[in-house]
Amino acid sequence: MNPVDAKQNELGELDVPVDDTELASLHATLVRRAQAEDLLDVAYRTVDAPVGPLLLAATPAGLVRVAFEVQDHDQVLAELATRVSPRVLHAPAVLDPVARELDEYFAGRRRTFDVPVDLRLLRGFRHTVVEHLPEIAYGRTASYATVAAATGRPRAVRAVGTACALNPVPIVLPCHRVVRSDGAPGQYAGGAAAKVALLELESRVGE
Amino acid sequence: MDEPFETAVARHGPTVLRVCRAIAGPADADDAWSETFLAALRAWPALDSATNVEAWLVTVAHRKAIDVLRSRARRAAPVAEVPDAGRPLVGVVDGGRDLDLWRAVAALPTKQRHCVALHHLGGLPYDEVAALVGGSTAAARRAGADGIATLRRTYGTSEGVGA
Repeated sequence: MNPVDAKQNELGELDVPVDDTELASLHATLVRRAQAEDLLDVAYRTVDAPVGPLLLAATPAGLVRVAFEVQDHDQVLAELATRVSPRVLHAPAVLDPVARELDEYFAGRRRTFDVPVDLRLLRGFRHTVVEHLPEIAYGRTASYATVAAATGRPRAVRAVGTACALNPVPIVLPCHRVVRSDGAPGQYAGGAAAKVALLELESRVGE
Repeated sequence: MDEPFETAVARHGPTVLRVCRAIAGPADADDAWSETFLAALRAWPALDSATNVEAWLVTVAHRKAIDVLRSRARRAAPVAEVPDAGRPLVGVVDGGRDLDLWRAVAALPTKQRHCVALHHLGGLPYDEVAALVGGSTAAARRAGADGIATLRRTYGTSEGVGA
């Protein structure tokens, strides 16, 4: 250890703790100013839901991502930074309208979502498939084959499955309502149990 | 830089705040902190991903803290005589913070204060400190060491924080 390091360590009291409350207030100011100067490209927060914690992320254009815990929230944020913009900030208030609609949905008081959605993460056929999802009514299901037919590509059943699996805004755009032709729920980005839970919620409320 | 900016705020926010407090004084530190991260957010997408983010932020904070002090000096003293613009005003600080330390830091001569802020609080090596404050690396090292020696003598002698 050189004398400089020794000195630094002796003066340990210079490493004064910084108050978390104060940092939180500074952070809130940063978010407000970033928004005012159009520098907040991706705002995010997490919410607790009956299907586990959900990551919500929005661009100024709308909700761009909903992710289940099994999808690894840190990984999802890293992907958003790469694919949308690295100007990513934890900005809970920006997502308040989405959080409120999800609360209402899980409480059985909401059947469709009104928040704007930003599908910039999708291209081509996947974009088309995800756009068709809200046509499947609350409490109902459709097979992958039916959705393929609805998009005008009846033979693209497998591609519909992929598009549903890669739906960037699950729950809000209801890929959980797309099931296998034999009636089995099939795969889900949030895990099979989450898909079943959502379908059960809707069939209970929808009666 | 393709990492989420939030990571940098969470990881380096406290360090930047300490540097801002030491250079701008507690009363103006919040402004300097906000200016630092706003400027960093603007520059973030174009920043080389090999950049040492903490060192870069400390450098930005140094510049912003000086800017904030200068604009306060301009507002406070529109007359010709602007006393040492690098000196923070410490009489106007609200209570409840680690005032003893910041008061002791504020009482240091400007160069010592900047060297202590950049090296001891900001973690910059002395050659980079010298590039920011001017003069040689050896002079920066001496100023930092002198500042620390003074702080050891003065800090904690009053109300007992860290005594």
